[in-house]
Amino acid sequence: MLKIDNLHAQIDGKTILNGLTLEVPAGEVHAIMGPNGAGKSTLSYVLGGRPGYEVTQGSVEFNGQDLLDLEPHERAAAGLFLGFQYPVEIPGVSNLQFLREALNSQRKARGEEPLTGGEFLKLAKDKAGLLKLDPEMLKRHVNVGFSGGEKKRAEMVQMGILDPKFAVLDETDSGLDIDALRVVGEGINAIMRAPDKGVLLITHYQRLLEVVKPDKVSILSQGRIVRTGGPELAIELESEGYDAVMADA
Amino acid sequence: MPEAAELPTRREEAWRYSAVERLQGEALDDWRVIDIAAGETFRETLLIADAADTKPTELHRWRVSVGEGARCEIFAVLSSAEFARLEIEVTLGKRAHFELGGITVGGRETVREIVTRTIHAEPEGTSNQTVRAVHWGHGTGNFLGNIDVVRHAQKTDAAQDFKGLLLEKGASVNAVPQLEIFADDVKCAHGASVGQLDETARFYMAARGLSPDLARRLLVQAFLGDALVSLDDDETRESMMGIALDKVDRAL
Repeated sequence: MLKIDNLHAQIDGKTILNGLTLEVPAGEVHAIMGPNGAGKSTLSYVLGGRPGYEVTQGSVEFNGQDLLDLEPHERAAAGLFLGFQYPVEIPGVSNLQFLREALNSQRKARGEEPLTGGEFLKLAKDKAGLLKLDPEMLKRHVNVGFSGGEKKRAEMVQMGILDPKFAVLDETDSGLDIDALRVVGEGINAIMRAPDKGVLLITHYQRLLEVVKPDKVSILSQGRIVRTGGPELAIELESEGYDAVMADA
Repeated sequence: MPEAAELPTRREEAWRYSAVERLQGEALDDWRVIDIAAGETFRETLLIADAADTKPTELHRWRVSVGEGARCEIFAVLSSAEFARLEIEVTLGKRAHFELGGITVGGRETVREIVTRTIHAEPEGTSNQTVRAVHWGHGTGNFLGNIDVVRHAQKTDAAQDFKGLLLEKGASVNAVPQLEIFADDVKCAHGASVGQLDETARFYMAARGLSPDLARRLLVQAFLGDALVSLDDDETRESMMGIALDKVDRAL
């Protein structure tokens, strides 16, 4: 489903990704863990196509398409969702307007009929309920005045509404309390656990992985994957730390 | 004296950023006089849009007197003409209110400006001016706002807020807030800022599937929205916003 091969990327001339190779087949949740500065957020931005992140070598194939050849909004229409570590505030634009425009843009790009106002509202309310987010918050401006936890929940409501094929979630668990972590984790399972979907879950902590059980865990260090294993690798990391586990790699 | 000699020059503060060369032949003394009787509410909208009867120079000079307890609301979109200028001189009576929501949009070499002189002549008057400018190409947007509070106009509450958004290099906006306050128990708030579209927001919107054009339209709409927020007529507000947004969409 997602096939990353020998990916090199740089920002302002500085190489951050240095030969990253990773494959996530449909139906899998693949967790990426790694120390600060390993390139985790860079990986998510490169996959999303953020301006300023330059790919110098390698390829990314998404459902048989050359992902790097697509504009950021075309990647979204192709079914890629990027969950932001720091969701962006957009004053003056309501969540409902933003998400309805986003969903209908994606549907249009795929040759599907747009959702009517009523259909969209019902969908938005359903997904807000799933993430236990007060639907009234959807009337407010995008992420403006939201707490850290509300922003992360709102990201997952967005994911639920847009219903992507593949999600790259960058530290979706940071800033969440224990209860919210469970709600968000269960939300990810409900929205993305399907035989035809995949998730790349970037996280620092084992706790989210207790809810969203990964099929595989990889360690990213200095811009490349240094070790891949099963869920037990995350437990090993939690108890021993990166230095010890990577020394064994 | 020949007419040209009487034309304003850029040395004059109120015309400093104007396309004064386009004033030739304009009836500069032609002020529209609006008198609002005590307790009355007056609302006027001005739309300078692309239309057959829009002239290369659109000069609108209004002199407004707002009676005791009366209310004057003016909403304007300046989106056409090589040089468009709305100039409002408003004198407020006791407990009178002046509300202005102004938008200038434009590219190429156009100059579009809103110039106000708000005279708080009696106590307890209030005024609120919100102006937004979106320009590209070599377009210029100006807001010159004078607020005068005379010595006995105590408890005046005046607010003025200007923001400019530049969509391309080469465009410019000029903001000149000027406050002359002779009373000592007043509130006069003013703010001015200039910026460009938030790249982070644009990427965030793109990552959700919005095309660059649609993302820009939403961001510009959000930016302009403040200017029309106090217009409590949905239909008029939407049509004014539509004119401004369509102008940006057609140009870029």
